[in-house]
Amino acid sequence: MLKTPRLAVAALATATLALTACAPTDETDTASDPSADTSETSAADECTPDAMDTLTDGTLTIATDDPAYEPWFVDNDPTNGEGYESAVAYAIAEQLGYTQDQVTWVKVPFNKVVQPGPKEFDLDLNQVSITEARRKAVDFSSGYYDVVQTVVTNTGSAIDGITSVADLADAKLGAQVGTTSYTAITDQIQPSEDPAVFDTNDQAVQALKNGQIDGIVVDLPTAYYMAAAQLDDGVIVGQLPLPEGEPEQFGAVLGKDSPLTGCVSQAVDALREDGVLDQIGQEWLAQQGAPELS
Amino acid sequence: MAGQVDTAWEPSQVQRERDAWRRRRTVRSAVVAALSTVLVLGALAVVVVSSPGWQRVQETYFDWDKAVDSFPAVLEGLWLNIRVMAICAVLIVALSLAIAVMRTIRGPVAFPLRLVGTAYVDVFRGLPLLLVIFLLGFGGPALSLEGLPTSALFWGCTALVLSYSAYVAEVFRAGIESVHPSQRLAGRSLGLSYGQTLRHVVLPQAWRRVLPPLMNDLVSLQKDSGLIAVLGVIDAIRAAQIETAKDFNYTPYVVAGFLFCCLTIPMARLTDRYARKKGYHGAGGHL
Repeated sequence: MLKTPRLAVAALATATLALTACAPTDETDTASDPSADTSETSAADECTPDAMDTLTDGTLTIATDDPAYEPWFVDNDPTNGEGYESAVAYAIAEQLGYTQDQVTWVKVPFNKVVQPGPKEFDLDLNQVSITEARRKAVDFSSGYYDVVQTVVTNTGSAIDGITSVADLADAKLGAQVGTTSYTAITDQIQPSEDPAVFDTNDQAVQALKNGQIDGIVVDLPTAYYMAAAQLDDGVIVGQLPLPEGEPEQFGAVLGKDSPLTGCVSQAVDALREDGVLDQIGQEWLAQQGAPELS
Repeated sequence: MAGQVDTAWEPSQVQRERDAWRRRRTVRSAVVAALSTVLVLGALAVVVVSSPGWQRVQETYFDWDKAVDSFPAVLEGLWLNIRVMAICAVLIVALSLAIAVMRTIRGPVAFPLRLVGTAYVDVFRGLPLLLVIFLLGFGGPALSLEGLPTSALFWGCTALVLSYSAYVAEVFRAGIESVHPSQRLAGRSLGLSYGQTLRHVVLPQAWRRVLPPLMNDLVSLQKDSGLIAVLGVIDAIRAAQIETAKDFNYTPYVVAGFLFCCLTIPMARLTDRYARKKGYHGAGGHL
C-alpha cells in the first residue's frame, strides 16, 4: 500500500485531540494561599455553619472506616453518638454550631482517606495517629485522644505475666498494618521474630486464638475491648512505656490545606479545656488494670 | 558458462532498484512509527503533566527519595514472593498433572477417579482465591491438629497450590486432549502400555502445546503469591503498605509494581525464546 493511510492518521489525530480535550480542569481553586497558616486559629466568628466552607453547605460530613470498632463506635453505627469517637464527633459538631441533624456520616476506607485528591468528607475520625511525616499528605486537627500502646495476649501464653519490655524480645507479636502499633513493635520492642501484620485487628485476634502469634499490640481502649469481648481468656500484659518526646495522639484527618482545619482544631482544643473529652473518655474508655511495662 | 567463471555474481539493475526501494520503505515506516509514537505518548504526557493535580500526584506517587528509602523493605518482601512462587510452582505442576491424568483416564473402572478430579476442579475453580486463603489460613490452624504446622506461610502456600492446581489441571487436560488419537493408538500398537504411551507419546506433545498458557498461570501466581499477606506475612505489597503508612506517600507501591514487572516481563520473553528455539507449536507465532 503506497498511499498514506489517511484513516489511520485521522484516527490518531482524533485520539490525540480527544486526549487533550478530556484533560481535567480545576473546578475549584484548590491552590491555597501559601502565606495563610492553617495552624493559626481563625477568628471564632468565622467558625459557624454559615461561614465554614464545608462539602455540603450547612452540614458537616464526617467520615470513618467500615467496620468501625468498639470502643470507638458501637454496633458499627457512627450515627448513634455512642462510642468515644462518635461522641467526640458530635461534640465537635456542636462546638462549631451544628445540630445533630446537620451531621452526615460517610464510610470511607482508611486508604482512601489519605489518598491525594478531593475528599468526600469534611473530617475523618478513625484512630489516625498524628505524625509529622503524615502532615505532608493530610491536615490533622489537634489531638483528641492520647494514645498508649498496649500488649494483649491469652492467659497462659508465652508472654502472660511478663513485667518488662525486654521480656518481649523473643515473642512473635502481631499488629494491624499501617498503625503506630506496628511501629511500636519494630522500633520500641524490636523482637527477634518478625512481627505478623494483619489487615484488621479482628484477623490479629484470630491469629492469636490460633496460637500463630504470642500477642497483639494495640492502643489501650482497643486492648480492653479485645481482652473483654473478643478473646475467650484474654489478658492485658501491660502498657508500653511512652516513647521520648511528644505523646502520640489521635487527630481528625482533613484534606491537605483544608479551610476547616483551624476551626476543627479550635473546637477540639475547647473540648479538651472544658473537660468534655475527659467526660467522654470516662464514659466510653474506662481504664483500669493495665500495668506499665518497665 | 566457461567465460563467466571470473566475474562474481552481481545483482541486476532491477534487483538493486528493488533493494533500494525496500530499504527506503523500511526507513520510512520506522520514521512514521516513531513519529506516531512520540505524538501519542507526548499528548498523553502533556495531558497528565498539565493536569491540576499533577504536582500532588508526583509528590505522592513518584517521589524519588521515598522510593530509595522504601526500596530495601519492598525488595525483602519481594524475596518472599519469589520463594513462595518457586515452591508453589513445583507443587502445582505435580498436583495438576496428576489431576489432568485422572480426568483423562478412560474406561468405566476409572469413573471414581474422573469424578474426584472433576469435583476437585469444579470446587477450587469456583472458590475465589482470597476466600480459600482465609478459610485455610485461619481455619486450618484453628483445628489445632497434632502434627500440622500453624505457620501462616504453610497454610497460605497450601491455599495457593490447591487453587492454582485446579486451573493448571484444566490447561494440562486441554493439552492432553489436543494430541490426536492416532498418536495414542500408534503408541499402543507398538506395544507400549497405557502409562508408557502417556509418558513417551502424549505428555511430551501436550506439554509443548500448553507452555504459553502455563507461563500465563506462572506470572499470575507470581502476583497472587502476595495475597497470602492477609495471613500476617510480609510480601512486597504489604511491605509497600507499611512504608506508605509512615507518611501517606504512595511511592512504595509504584516501586513494588516496578519490581514485579522486572520479574515477570523477562520471564515471559525467555519462555517465548526457549519455545521458539525448540520449535514448539504456538509459541511466539506471528499472525
